[in-house]
Amino acid sequence: MTPASAGGAPPALAIDDLSVSFRGRHGTINAVRQATLNVFPAECVGIVGESGSGKTQTFMAVMGLLSAAASAVGSVRFEGREILGAPVSELNRVRGSKLTMVFQDPMSSLTPHLKVGVQLAEVLVKHSRMSWREAENAALRVLERVRVPEARRRLRQYPHELSGGMRQRVMIGMSLLCEPSLLIADEPTTALDVTVQAQIMDILRAMRAESHMAIVLISHDLGLVAGLADRIVVMYAGRVVESAGAADLLGRAVHPYTAALLKCVPDLRAPRLERMPSLAGQPPSAWSLGTGCAFAPRCPSARERCNSERPVLRDVDGTAHQAACHYPL
Amino acid sequence: MNGDKIPAGAAAAFAAVALLVAIALIGPWATPNDIASLDWAHVAAYPSLTGAHWLGTDRLGRDLFARTLEGLRVSLAVACVASAISLSVGIAYGAVAGYAGGRWDHFMMRFIEVLSGLPLIFFVIFLTVIFGRSQYLLFFAIGAIGWLTMARIVRGLTLSIREREFIEAAVASGAGAGRIILKHVVPNLMGPVIVYATLTIPQIILFESFLSFLGLGIQEPHASLGTLIAEGAGEMEAAPWILLVPGGVLAVLLVCLNIVGDGLRDAVVGRE
Repeated sequence: MTPASAGGAPPALAIDDLSVSFRGRHGTINAVRQATLNVFPAECVGIVGESGSGKTQTFMAVMGLLSAAASAVGSVRFEGREILGAPVSELNRVRGSKLTMVFQDPMSSLTPHLKVGVQLAEVLVKHSRMSWREAENAALRVLERVRVPEARRRLRQYPHELSGGMRQRVMIGMSLLCEPSLLIADEPTTALDVTVQAQIMDILRAMRAESHMAIVLISHDLGLVAGLADRIVVMYAGRVVESAGAADLLGRAVHPYTAALLKCVPDLRAPRLERMPSLAGQPPSAWSLGTGCAFAPRCPSARERCNSERPVLRDVDGTAHQAACHYPL
Repeated sequence: MNGDKIPAGAAAAFAAVALLVAIALIGPWATPNDIASLDWAHVAAYPSLTGAHWLGTDRLGRDLFARTLEGLRVSLAVACVASAISLSVGIAYGAVAGYAGGRWDHFMMRFIEVLSGLPLIFFVIFLTVIFGRSQYLLFFAIGAIGWLTMARIVRGLTLSIREREFIEAAVASGAGAGRIILKHVVPNLMGPVIVYATLTIPQIILFESFLSFLGLGIQEPHASLGTLIAEGAGEMEAAPWILLVPGGVLAVLLVCLNIVGDGLRDAVVGRE
């Protein structure tokens, strides 16, 4: 299930003790707190958490895309090289070629005044020093790989002439152009409707099978992530609270937060309920966090110790299953 | 423009501007009369289509048709050169300031504020004192002032484009700042910028006329619409056509350019 995770190949991406904070007018907001996680070559890791859990900011820090008001400390190593705080010129050698990202909203992620073919080819001209003609041929091949119908015609079209699903396929194609070793997909289907969502997930699955590429799939949708990921990492209030193989996590969640999330996934086969199950309480504000476990105020099994002492991420079942909880289920 | 209908008024105004430009360009060959030669037999002659001088002569007997064409040509040249300078400098400066943001943006914008605090006329007089009077200086001086507003507009547009997701996507694809500004920012702000440039051309022509009227611009025997109007103003009671001919041409040109600019603006705003 988790290729090479127990030792062997070094991780493609190693995030170690990463914290991201924003300086604001009302004080400092800690969006990510000492997050640690590894992505191994050819592995698909799903990152799950609700809005504000820090899942996107973690990977914005990885890509060097944090806003000017944010600062990141810790370590991010990509293929063994430290990239957190690396100079832009060095970052630009890996960004878009070995390390790529697909964004949430395909409607606005393509430059409106450039033809699709030009935008795709530009990536190769920049990173692989190809001629424009070669690059356009490669762009055509990649569009065919991501199953864009009438690929040759699409190259001559502008982004507004394509549908949302088609544009997201173009974005995925763009991220595949230079054979990346890690693709970060940040809620790639949130802006699309459900049938298109399934198509996009199929394409990601097929791309994964074809190439030896690791994928990080960021989503708030556990069900969606479960369909693709080998391993699932759950984040809450800027911290990793549980990390396990997908089947393991879905079958035997040990962190009360993960268990509560799983309860909220509707089951079509179960008898109809009066109300959708939901988590009581609000996610904690990013300003005020006590010394204890961030989930304690909403946790059904919280005890005295949870409010005073923060649990660290520790092994539950070998290194394959880790959780940050004093009283795992 | 997806088959959008261009308003008839703007189309007519554009045609009129094109006609004036064409006449100005073929001007020297359109009339046998020279701008500087004096015709002592016809001093301050009435306009007459049958005579030697279609639009009459000024008080030195110079052909008013030839001089008006010359004035139109000079005024248009000033407008084109000055707006080219203000466009190129303004876009480069504004896009860099807006994209760089933060401290750079702050510093670059304060510099513009200092420059635009200088009184224009004083600036032009100062330049003429240092460099002497010349047409080229006038081109430069007007362009040097025009880019300030252009840079502000471009910077504002860049600030909003910079936050759009396709810029983030370009950064994530490893594109450097220079490539992003040139390929992804500047082309996206051309619509409003071109509209603004069209609307500044009349301002530049007016400003040039104003400077020439004060004697700071074009020198005799060369003429711009401004110097011709200044000359005509002195003879207004005895020979009104010396004022009315260049004045009418200027008025028609300005009105038409403004209509074209408005039409372009409507087309761009309607598209977005």
